[in-house]
Amino acid sequence: MDDFYKEYILEHYREPHNFGHLDDATATFEDLNPLCGDRIRFELKVNPNGVVEDVRFSGRGCAISQASASMLTDSIKGMRVEDVAKLDKQVVLDNVGIGISPARMKCATLGLKVARSAALGEIAGWPDEDAS
Amino acid sequence: MTATVRPDALQERILEDFPILRKPTSRGKRLVYLDSAATSQKPQSVIDSLVTYYSEYNANIHRGVYEIAERATTAFEEARGKVARFINAAGDAEIIWTRNSTEAINLVSYTWGSLNLRRGDAILTTQVEHHSNLVPWQLLAERTGAQLRFIPVDGQGVHVLDDLDRLLDGVKLLALSHVSNTLGTIAPLEMLTKRAHAAGALVLVDAAQSVPHMQVDVRKLDIDFLAASGHKMLGPTGIGFLYGKRALLESMPPFLTGGDMIRRVEYTHTEYNELPWKFEAGTSNVADAIGLGAAVDYLSRIGMDWVRTHEIALTSYALERLTELKRRGLVVYGPLPAEKRAGVISFNLGDVHAHDVASILDTDGVCVRAGHHCTMPLMEKMGWPATARASFYVYNTEADVDALIAALHKAADIFKLAK
Repeated sequence: MDDFYKEYILEHYREPHNFGHLDDATATFEDLNPLCGDRIRFELKVNPNGVVEDVRFSGRGCAISQASASMLTDSIKGMRVEDVAKLDKQVVLDNVGIGISPARMKCATLGLKVARSAALGEIAGWPDEDAS
Repeated sequence: MTATVRPDALQERILEDFPILRKPTSRGKRLVYLDSAATSQKPQSVIDSLVTYYSEYNANIHRGVYEIAERATTAFEEARGKVARFINAAGDAEIIWTRNSTEAINLVSYTWGSLNLRRGDAILTTQVEHHSNLVPWQLLAERTGAQLRFIPVDGQGVHVLDDLDRLLDGVKLLALSHVSNTLGTIAPLEMLTKRAHAAGALVLVDAAQSVPHMQVDVRKLDIDFLAASGHKMLGPTGIGFLYGKRALLESMPPFLTGGDMIRRVEYTHTEYNELPWKFEAGTSNVADAIGLGAAVDYLSRIGMDWVRTHEIALTSYALERLTELKRRGLVVYGPLPAEKRAGVISFNLGDVHAHDVASILDTDGVCVRAGHHCTMPLMEKMGWPATARASFYVYNTEADVDALIAALHKAADIFKLAK
């Protein structure tokens, strides 16, 4: 666990990437971890081609939840929204690059859960006549 | 240092009574258990009482005529008597076994509450309540149309009583915690009970955080209902109790129904059993009730005066040692000095989230709670996303506080907080 608090994790915690809000978001989602009260919101701007053009996250929480959400924004920028909806926790583990204890897994994956829900909302509400 | 906790002979003996404290953590550290407000550790005598019941006289109670069934019934009812004497109830029949404080509070809400509350009545509680003493009253208010009101608390979590007369107007029940599990605040119970009674209200006390830590005398305080949990007072999980004044319990309908709570059953009609069994449907938690009896014996041997004095001294020492972390951004919440609170200290360290603090402390074997402590409305009101909480009990020592301080310095180092 000592290993967890690596330099780059603390950097993401203190200066998170893509933190804030979008004026022209096409999909947003917010959720909280009821056990600890951590809260994260994701806002996506998806262009007509289905690509995540821009992303912001906001909220509060521990270094683990905030750093993994911050890293996730870098990962999903430029991805197709269907691919964001299909992401699993491996992306979080790859991003943070260290082991996460079962007790903290919910913290680490809160941002992922929220980003996926935002992407699913975007897909569901997509005014696309070819959508089947 | 003004306050010091010298490990006296009694304390040395207490440490030997808790086997878990001799078992190192997986990282080979000494276990420094500072989360007794969540659940307490168990002395060997409590563990032995469970093993003895299961290995020597396990049988159902109130039914069997054979020897071990009688022995089980006797032990079960003796445990009830021990609890009754511990809080100075007028009789054993005023103690109802429940799973925990939460169930005890729900029992009152569903029986006395549903019978006595109407639209236009009010329930008064406080802003520091654990969810267990809030949600049952929200639901009772929904069921009956009664209004739910709150005694406010200030920034230290101390009750603000300026508006008490107005708040008490039309109140049928004042339901409050004796000690706040988040901040350790001790409610002015004697005065509030007098004022509530003068206004025609009954008083229910959530004593989950007080009965384990200080002398609580239900008759001296003139409390109408009191709820407590065994596992926070050295006893097993799954057992707690409700105290109620006999006349009130007599007037209330049963809560859960079925076997054991009956005197006579016909196909279409049932006569209820007498107190306390009217409220104890089905096979009771025999083993854990006996275990709680053993825990009460243990606390009685130590003496609740010693427990309270020990916790004030330890809390005072901890508050003093924590001041050396002020320059690194440590903030302590709750009332001061130590005499005004139970052995509970909530805090935050700079911009480090409480979960990260708790994770780092854990690597040194130091167990603290982190989060909202089941008091989400209080945390929201105070504007704290989360706090870390250290809480003390009979087996904690000055060395545990020293370990906490050292581990907090380590957390501050990892997060590069000012030296």
